[in-house]
Amino acid sequence: MSKTQDAAEKAVGTIQYVTVRIAGQLFGVPIEIVHEVFTPDRITRVPMAPAEIEGVLNLRGRIVTMVNMRRLLGLSSTGEAKTAVGIERFGEAFGLIIDEVGEVLVLEGAKREANPANLDPRWAELIVGVHRLANELMLVLNVERALARLGAKRNAA
Amino acid sequence: MDDLLQEFLTETNESLDVADAELVKFERDPNNREILNNIFRLVHTIKGTCGFIGLSRLAALAHAAETLMDKFREGMPVTPEAVSLVLVSIDRIKGLLADLERNGGTEPEGSDADLIDQLLEMAAREAVEAAPPPPPAPVVPLKPLGQSLERELLPGEIPLDELERIFRMTESDVPVKPAKAPAPAPKPAAKAKAPAPAPVKEVVAEAPKPAVAKPAAASPAKEPVIAVQKDEDGGHGTPIANQSIRVGVGMLEHLMTMVSELVLTRNQLLEIARRNEDHDYKVSLQRLSNVTGELQDAIMRTRMQPIGNAWQKLPRIVRDLAQELGKQVDLEMHGSETELDRQVLDQIKDPLTHMVRNSADHGLESPEERRRAGKPEKGMIRLSAYHEGGFVIVKISDDGKGLDLARIKAKALENGLADEAELAKMSDGQIFRFIFAAGFSTAAKVTSVSGRGVGMDVVRSNIEAIGGTVDVQSKAGAGSTFVIKIPLTLAIMPALIVEVSGDRFAIPQNSVLELVRVKTDSEHAVRRLNDAPVLCLRNQLLPILHLGRLLGIVDAKQDMTDQEFENRLIAVMHVGNQSFGVVVDSVSHTEEIVVKPMASVLRSVSLVSGSTILGDGHVIMIVDPNGLAQSVAATGETAAANVLASSVHSDEDADALMSLLLFRAGTQDISAVPLSLVTRLEELDQATIEHVDGRSVIQYRGKLIPILVATGAPAQKGEGTRPMLIFSHENQVMGLAVDEIVDIVESRLDLEIASTSPHSIGGAIINGRATEVLDVGYFLSQAFTEDSRDTQTRTEQPRLLLVDDSPFFRNLLQPVLKGRGYAVTACASAHEALQRLASDNRYAAIVSDVEMPEMDGFSFAEAVRGQLGMTDVPIIAMAGSNPSLAIQRGRAAGFTDCVAKFDRPGLISALQEFTGTAQGEAA
Repeated sequence: MSKTQDAAEKAVGTIQYVTVRIAGQLFGVPIEIVHEVFTPDRITRVPMAPAEIEGVLNLRGRIVTMVNMRRLLGLSSTGEAKTAVGIERFGEAFGLIIDEVGEVLVLEGAKREANPANLDPRWAELIVGVHRLANELMLVLNVERALARLGAKRNAA
Repeated sequence: MDDLLQEFLTETNESLDVADAELVKFERDPNNREILNNIFRLVHTIKGTCGFIGLSRLAALAHAAETLMDKFREGMPVTPEAVSLVLVSIDRIKGLLADLERNGGTEPEGSDADLIDQLLEMAAREAVEAAPPPPPAPVVPLKPLGQSLERELLPGEIPLDELERIFRMTESDVPVKPAKAPAPAPKPAAKAKAPAPAPVKEVVAEAPKPAVAKPAAASPAKEPVIAVQKDEDGGHGTPIANQSIRVGVGMLEHLMTMVSELVLTRNQLLEIARRNEDHDYKVSLQRLSNVTGELQDAIMRTRMQPIGNAWQKLPRIVRDLAQELGKQVDLEMHGSETELDRQVLDQIKDPLTHMVRNSADHGLESPEERRRAGKPEKGMIRLSAYHEGGFVIVKISDDGKGLDLARIKAKALENGLADEAELAKMSDGQIFRFIFAAGFSTAAKVTSVSGRGVGMDVVRSNIEAIGGTVDVQSKAGAGSTFVIKIPLTLAIMPALIVEVSGDRFAIPQNSVLELVRVKTDSEHAVRRLNDAPVLCLRNQLLPILHLGRLLGIVDAKQDMTDQEFENRLIAVMHVGNQSFGVVVDSVSHTEEIVVKPMASVLRSVSLVSGSTILGDGHVIMIVDPNGLAQSVAATGETAAANVLASSVHSDEDADALMSLLLFRAGTQDISAVPLSLVTRLEELDQATIEHVDGRSVIQYRGKLIPILVATGAPAQKGEGTRPMLIFSHENQVMGLAVDEIVDIVESRLDLEIASTSPHSIGGAIINGRATEVLDVGYFLSQAFTEDSRDTQTRTEQPRLLLVDDSPFFRNLLQPVLKGRGYAVTACASAHEALQRLASDNRYAAIVSDVEMPEMDGFSFAEAVRGQLGMTDVPIIAMAGSNPSLAIQRGRAAGFTDCVAKFDRPGLISALQEFTGTAQGEAA
């Protein structure tokens, strides 16, 4: 199993990020936790599931729970998302549905800046910092926290 | 903790469980040397191992217990006290072991001198009294193996006989050692080093681990002889030990997962093969398919364990309980070899134990009660298990007093699980099932064993969690039987693949009874009861669930029209004791599915129990039959709540809606009765009508009940069946035969025309049609003419003043009261009643509604007591919404008694009570 993201976060030196775009915004996910990138196909919706869960699908014999990242982040869900990033949490496979996957960036951990104070609190929980790139900002997404929120919200409901 | 200790703990705990069970057996059969030797050996092994590992406290205790048991072997009489003492010692050893485990290998501080002294003292005392040993019981091996461990040898274990043989050998070779210095038989190094969580452990056959020299004090001279005999009898355990190995459960789980994957892949290949006409690989594929099937079977079998494993502790539990409660209990166990998945087994262990305790505690009576009831003093608890279809059925029955129906009813009322009216409509079986509701305990007193109100609901949820069901049957005085039905395995099951608005779902096949296609003009028609669709299937009315709506994938707001039902498929399901139909769009096929657990974030979806991958690679959801059954119950409850709510409303407001049952009887006209007065709907087989004393009766639930037709005349014997409404009132039950049940509607009940015939209250417009509202009271009085005549002749007709603003209730109550022999004057308001009373106060009692416009019941009562000065006349109030509140206020206002508005038996008995005394005083 891969390293947990929190551990990766603490690592000094450079971090490799897989960049993903969700409703126009660029996010970075540490490369260690990304198992694969795949095209979601034949998603089965799960009745009465939380709205952020798009459904489940069979990825080479494993059942993967597909999370609609736009909905999870409260972004507009128009337009078709065609790509997914496969990750694993507590032995369960998840697929994060995103708009597109970009390049892999090697960034220095030291250059990561703290969240701006006026970041939407809904996001502040999930974003652990900002990297300034040449022409845009990349938010570092803590996937584990994002998924934990999924579970927590269910429990609260 | 070191591995050696871990190993020791596991094994010793297992041995202790066996020793427990054996001791209980031994107590009943003290002459059975076989059992005694077994126990002796077990305790001895424990002692030896403890000494070897350096656990002196445990060793000393085990030694004392062994000493006492040795006396048994020398022929000392076996007393229950002595057995209890040994059992207590075993418990203490268990406690010490648990502490040992917690402390990571150090023996807890403390001393067992108390127990040891007792044990030794008993051994010494009895030794003096000991008679010459009885002739040894014939050695009859219990099992062909000759060693009676009550289970298969665990892999890696050495058969007891073998051990014993080695003991003897060491004994003869090694000089006698002091008790506390056991000769260390070195453990095989490979074993000691093996890491505890290793999935597979090596076979240990080189040397028996617990081989420890026997202390001289504990080995009587005779013993080796017996042992040698035994060896000759059944000394063939060695090969078995060599044939089995210990495998970690994790390994098995892993194998199971892999096989599941293999099954899936096979299914996918078969699917591809179906589409392609390429025959080249078909033969190989077929072979692969067969091998996969066999592999699946084999792996499944490795997970199977006899249910006896879960029963092992029960004899001891029952024995201790019996002693504690002063009862005599026999525990019979049948079918302990029935195998089921160990995952399932783990889940039912606790529920089973709980239920057996329950049976011993409140199921069985005390010996005295049993004697009085003409039963043998010794109660019997019978456990049985057997396979049936893909299920294991476990029955726990006792021959005790049975469940107390009245108390369950009272408790259900108290807990608000049902109201009187609902209870009256329930079958006994349904009422018994309340014991599975949360917080429900009928034990009058809380014992240490049961009666705390936790338990049966936990039992139910544990069993349902593994897809099982639990039900209870009971007969007063004859005992009760709990039936648990559990699936053999949770991992792979046959399922029906159905489609609902484009989505496919798997329904576990073992809860599907049949598939029915709806046809309006066939016997498989969908009818409506109060707008709720029901399926008529061979004289059964089944509630219909719409899977798509329940799962929220179809708009739930629009109900299905009858046309939509036409030609639809309904899967008839049976879960627990509930049958219901589930509407689906189509059924594609059945398939062996591998159950995959839902992701943790999706587990709270109650109607879905898991997911699976079909042969075509699609993931589909598995519908949870228990969830469906619960939603049937839930909709039933809301429907009942609606009826209730509407009746409460009509108390307060005559214009409010009321549930009416519409039917046709005799003519094309529609008749109606309030649904709340109908106890049950039944199908009347007209051939079963019999005639007794000029009346038509049928046998109904062990009683004769009169059957009338809607004109009030007795029903005639005939052909075929027709619907029948059952009314009940106090102990009177009658049937009203009608031609057809039309509908159940919520409607305003405004009587437009007064009645001209005695059997109706009047005519009303219901659903835009003129409808005759029948008077249930009239039919009851017709059916039981003699009873009411009795009441009439017995007393001079007492006069009643009935005050109620609702014409419906006036009309409803008048005939009932008249039927009971009262002369009734009805008033529509409190003012009218006061006027009447002012001119004529010779009434035996006043029955008044509480909630009335202008002047309510309280003010009315105050006026009667105060203004009119009628202090003696009983005033009985009928409270609609909140009787207890009304009672409090009513007492102050001058009410004599207060009854709930629908509680007619309550009203009648209050009247009898109070008019009786009133007349007595007048006379």
